[in-house]
Amino acid sequence: MAYNLKEWTKRPERFTGGHRLCAGCGATPVVRTILRALKPEDHAVISCATSCLEVSSFLYPYTAWKDSFIHSAFENVAATISGVEATYNAKKRKGEKVDETKFIAFAGDGGTYDIGLQALSGAMERGHDMVYVCYDNGAYMNTGIQRSSSTPKFAATSTSPAGTVIPGKLQRNKDLTLIMMGHHIPYVAQTLPLGNFKDMSEKAEKAIYTKGAAFMNILAPCPRGWRYETSKLMDMAKLAVETCVWPLFEIIDGDLTLNYIPKNKLPVADYLKPQGRFSHMFQPGNEWMIEEVQQQTDRQWEMLLKLNDMK
Amino acid sequence: MAIRDKLSGNEAVSIAMKQINPDVVAAYPITPSTEVPQYFSQYAADGLVDTEFVAVESEHSAMSACIGAQAAGGRSMTATSAQGLALMWEMLYIASSYRLPITMATINRALSGPINIHCDHSDSMGARDSGWIQIYSENNQEAYDNFIQAVRIGEHPDVMLPVMDCFDGFITSHKVENILLMEDEEVKKFVGKYNPPYHLMDKANPMSMGPLSLPMYYFESKRQQAEVMKNCIKVIEEVAADFEKVTGRKYGLFEEYKMDDAEVAIVIINSTAGTAKEVVDKLRSQGVKAGLLKIRVYRPFPVEQIVKALSGCKAIAVMDRADSMNGAGGPLFTDVTSAMYGRVEGVKAINYIYGLGGRDVKVDDIEVVYNELLEIVKTGKVKEVFNYLGVREG
Amino acid sequence: MNIGKTVATQTWQEMTHGSHVFKAGSAAEFQTGDWRSHKPVWISEKCKQCMLCVLVCPDSSIPVNAEGNIEGFDYDYCKGCLVCKAICPFKAIESEEA
Repeated sequence: MAYNLKEWTKRPERFTGGHRLCAGCGATPVVRTILRALKPEDHAVISCATSCLEVSSFLYPYTAWKDSFIHSAFENVAATISGVEATYNAKKRKGEKVDETKFIAFAGDGGTYDIGLQALSGAMERGHDMVYVCYDNGAYMNTGIQRSSSTPKFAATSTSPAGTVIPGKLQRNKDLTLIMMGHHIPYVAQTLPLGNFKDMSEKAEKAIYTKGAAFMNILAPCPRGWRYETSKLMDMAKLAVETCVWPLFEIIDGDLTLNYIPKNKLPVADYLKPQGRFSHMFQPGNEWMIEEVQQQTDRQWEMLLKLNDMK
Repeated sequence: MAIRDKLSGNEAVSIAMKQINPDVVAAYPITPSTEVPQYFSQYAADGLVDTEFVAVESEHSAMSACIGAQAAGGRSMTATSAQGLALMWEMLYIASSYRLPITMATINRALSGPINIHCDHSDSMGARDSGWIQIYSENNQEAYDNFIQAVRIGEHPDVMLPVMDCFDGFITSHKVENILLMEDEEVKKFVGKYNPPYHLMDKANPMSMGPLSLPMYYFESKRQQAEVMKNCIKVIEEVAADFEKVTGRKYGLFEEYKMDDAEVAIVIINSTAGTAKEVVDKLRSQGVKAGLLKIRVYRPFPVEQIVKALSGCKAIAVMDRADSMNGAGGPLFTDVTSAMYGRVEGVKAINYIYGLGGRDVKVDDIEVVYNELLEIVKTGKVKEVFNYLGVREG
Repeated sequence: MNIGKTVATQTWQEMTHGSHVFKAGSAAEFQTGDWRSHKPVWISEKCKQCMLCVLVCPDSSIPVNAEGNIEGFDYDYCKGCLVCKAICPFKAIESEEA
């Protein structure tokens, strides 16, 4: 059904309080929104890669998940949920009674861009009827803010610290969402927590109810790793969109559509400035770093605009 | 009514899989186990099974998918060798600790490096403490029979553990031998339907698997798992007894070959037992009281039973087709001698590492071992505990 | 390590099979409200029931009643991040020291 905020917030909560994620965590609003997109009558089997989300939501003997849930390891959530879905298909083929079930995988950027990329690619290529949700906070937050291949250029992390010789992470982050586009799956989307969550909610519903493999890349600000005040979660997300650092788009059967084109694109510095991980970029003499990020962001945005015009 | 056929070990196990008709087979090619998913995918392509065949992109994902499939209430299976098993390592421990009775054909091959595709047991021996039940098979018939029994053993409500059926790469996996197959219906009846007490697909009873277990719980969970492993000996024996009723083929925890009055014996695993039995027969014909103990169930390790079987010997040689690289003998030697310590006195024990990377083991080689044992009995002295058989010495 | 109110007394025989958890949503039994250093306060007369705070709350601490309205906070879980206060368009959420 079309997104109706008032109706959707009446849907049952599928992820309880009492989990141990940090105050102000950006991952939980993501999880709650994805699960809210499930029809209330549908059961889900959810799998989660080892991550902040996993270790904080499921500490023996407490689980925050109201649907069935399985965690097995870090790099294999896509393979684990593939197996669950395979059993579902086999039972149906055998004519056994099985409840209508949706299959959702969650993983952080470390579990997706890096160690889990192979299993993700395999599962997407095989086309399991599942949704893979990457909650991307741009570093290995669970182990203490180490750099991942999603960490933005120049960000200071505990393994790419800003020093006197090396100014934070030297490499650009990968464009995972477009890598997923290359898998020719029916649905790929990039989103983040924004405004009334319409964008994320509608994309989640499409992803869950599209037959076949779907992938969602969702920016999930992390107050600890990004070093901003916990209350600023939604400000960070909004700035990511308005600066085109994290554009909103979806790819349906290969056609890319930008879901939001800012009228007045803000400079990337507006996004970088409030985050402690980029503070060294604002020291005198480091202006080139901000300029470089601006250029790269502009170029990426122009490419997306071209893809948007192609369909 | 048994079906007579001539099959390789890989095809025999594939046929067992087909007859069982599991929910999910997830596998990745690796020599010498590759034929198993090849045969099986053809069965799926021809509609001979209802199974979802998942051609995963790695062995790590093969085991991960089996974990997901079994957790969802399905019966899942896979096959692998060497590097494939090594890549699964992490997931082996998770499968057993989650109590998921996955069945795996482990076709023994040497671990790299250097890379080698031929038989030794370094792959499965490395997984000996992963919490899987390990059953070893000397030949094609045993590989087939043990695979079918493995399903019943693992899924028994008192067990609920994964099981690997290990047999020798190329020697057993590719060699075509005579075999007696069970009827399809007989197999289906023997393994029964998989009815796990809980699973992820049960909408009315949602559950969570795989928690973070902090120090206040982790130890108890491992203690529970260890107890299950200890107790599954009884189930393995019961399943073997039922199997004998159906097929007439008898299986124990190990095979005792001419052990009744044996003074010298070797303890061995898998196909080389066949060669060694020839030597035992030859020695017996010469009046030498030689015997052989072939391990079938290696995990759990049947301590009391093995000690009892070996307690009448004067000298034994434990044969390892894997080196522990520790200066203290191969894994089987360590287990056998640990079992005997404090339980039986006066049995001299030596260790031979043999057949690494597919090095052929001939009758002559095995004779060297028995001759050494006879020398020990004669002199009462052990020259060297740790020995290598069939390696070129400088 | 925060072990909260959990007191582990189970013997290994009493542990669940494979450490599985059969009570869905049981984390609700574990309260995280004592993590708070700031406490959000709902000002009912200013609230327009726009529900934005419900969506952003990382701790599912703003329950929605059968009519689809909110009635304040569930302080059992609220960790005091104040994302709700920051996004409220009507200044209907204030805060105080916890």
